[in-house]
Amino acid sequence: MNKVFQSMRIAFRALRVNKLRSALTMLGIIIGVGAVIAMVSVGSGATDRIHQQIASIGSNVIIIQPGSQNTGGVKSGNGNSQTLTEEDAEAIPRECPDVVFSTPIQSNNQQVVYGSNNWGTKIYGVSPDYMTIRDIRIEEGEPFTADDVKSTNKVALLGKTVVDNIFAGEDPIGKTIRVRKVPFTVIGTLVPKGQNSSGQDQDDMILMPITTAKKKVMGGGRANSWQQIGQIMVQARDGRNNAAMDEIEALLRQRHRLQATEDNDFQVRSLEEMAAAQEQATQIMGLLLASIASVSLIVGGIGIMNIMLVSVTERTKEIGLRQAVGAKTNDILSQFLVEAVSLSLLGGCLGIGMGVLASFGISYFAGWNTLVSLPSIMAAFFFSALVGVFFGFYPARKAALLDPIEALRYE
Amino acid sequence: MGDNHVHALRGISLDIARGDFVSIMGASGSGKSTLMNIIGCLDKPSSGKYYLDGVDVGALDRDELADIRNRKVGFVFQQFNLLARTSALENVELPLLYSDNDKSKFKERAMAALTAVGLEKRYDHHPSQLSGGQQQRVAIARSLINDPQLILADEPTGALDSRTSIEIMGIFQKLNREKGMSIVVVTHEPDIAHYSNRILQFKDGHLMLDEAVPNPRNAERELAEMPELEEEKEPVA
Repeated sequence: MNKVFQSMRIAFRALRVNKLRSALTMLGIIIGVGAVIAMVSVGSGATDRIHQQIASIGSNVIIIQPGSQNTGGVKSGNGNSQTLTEEDAEAIPRECPDVVFSTPIQSNNQQVVYGSNNWGTKIYGVSPDYMTIRDIRIEEGEPFTADDVKSTNKVALLGKTVVDNIFAGEDPIGKTIRVRKVPFTVIGTLVPKGQNSSGQDQDDMILMPITTAKKKVMGGGRANSWQQIGQIMVQARDGRNNAAMDEIEALLRQRHRLQATEDNDFQVRSLEEMAAAQEQATQIMGLLLASIASVSLIVGGIGIMNIMLVSVTERTKEIGLRQAVGAKTNDILSQFLVEAVSLSLLGGCLGIGMGVLASFGISYFAGWNTLVSLPSIMAAFFFSALVGVFFGFYPARKAALLDPIEALRYE
Repeated sequence: MGDNHVHALRGISLDIARGDFVSIMGASGSGKSTLMNIIGCLDKPSSGKYYLDGVDVGALDRDELADIRNRKVGFVFQQFNLLARTSALENVELPLLYSDNDKSKFKERAMAALTAVGLEKRYDHHPSQLSGGQQQRVAIARSLINDPQLILADEPTGALDSRTSIEIMGIFQKLNREKGMSIVVVTHEPDIAHYSNRILQFKDGHLMLDEAVPNPRNAERELAEMPELEEEKEPVA
């Protein structure tokens, strides 16, 4: 251990003697490590965003949407069999053992009026389970119930953005708002969720019973369309996403009386799967960025090797003297190796600092989510040490194997 | 047949006893450098044997040679070979770094060595702040630090003026007399050689002459007879 400290002392003295040269040599490593840290932080920031997105959607969420209309042939003209119904939404949790909750969703943009204020927002007609599936909580007041759905009660839950825009400080609970001239009683407000990954305001919405929404707000059109809904959202049991999707597909095919040769008239998609695919793409992107950045780390390493070779040549006489007074092969080897590693480690530490600053800068100026993780810092530290050892070994070995007589005579 | 070995030394049989003070003389190319390298365990003879303190040096490997040099040989060079930007004390400590000694004693021992050459007050000076004679004294202190049996000096006065040369030879004489150290000085100056007890004359790789010096010069007495020099007083830093 003493030997190591001693080598470090000798190495630091040698580095101090050539401050500018040491700094320039380190610059390669600083930039390399900094770039790797910054790029990894961008990558993990994006991944982190996707995790947040999954959390804001709610866990184990599966979305069922009507199939596209252009399947060709006779059926596309019919339309009935391609439409999801409220009965479908009710049947899914009943028939599929891996589905916990299910809600029909019918949404529409509408103008909301309270007193002299009005605001355009999105109306969601849902069942009470929607709250559970999407993990939406009531801030004040009460959620609506299955009875409200059954009796087509004109009640509404307001997102924060809506409250802010039409109530301006007033307490909205119990007040009456109008949507397409239909009066609704506000029975609760929702806990804000903020923006989703695509920057959409998730608090700019009104929730109401599906029945009320369809009959009072989005009504009109053909009588049988009252049964049709835009989509169904379900929550699967933990870890049973795929099983639930299979069960839903089988059930809906049966309910829609599809023959074995016919395509599905609906789509079943797991949001988590989509997010996972997105996450994978992001990770690959991050890896790509990091590997490009690590090229500069290698270039930095070559810089160290170069300078160490110069240093060995310059100090040939010193090496000869050290050998003459008893330095063994390993003493010289470790002296120069420690010098190279000190250069790269010091550069690595500064590079970590620079990378952290750079990722703050990226967050601040580009508005990207970045995340500097401890493992990436530790990996950067480790790799810069490795670069020092790898690129320092050849020059150090060259120094250690010098012939003392030749070295002493060197001018 | 294309065998181009040059034998720098041929047929030499030589004994240097403990406590000897020997000068090696000869023109360049006479083989004295090679002999010095062999005596200093920097080189091994291509044939023949060299025993240092009873050990056959030819049989040792690189690191064992380094160890022998560290413990048994002290080197003094013409150009001093001190580490620049390093204090006198740390220069003297250098050989200790390569022997597994008690680290806590480093300073103490280096100071003792500096005191032996009369430079204890300049311990924190860098080589660039010291005169040539002072630098050579630091180098001698460095060679003393591990209490070697042999001090090997290669043209130790080659870069010094005559008065300083006498001072340096005085230090060698004192070490030889008081500590019984064997000293081998390579020089081409007959004046310097006459401070030793024995002169070896080399020519073309052969030992031409091996004779005792009947009345070696005494550096201490000569210095005492010289007028004191102003510049050797404590210089203003």
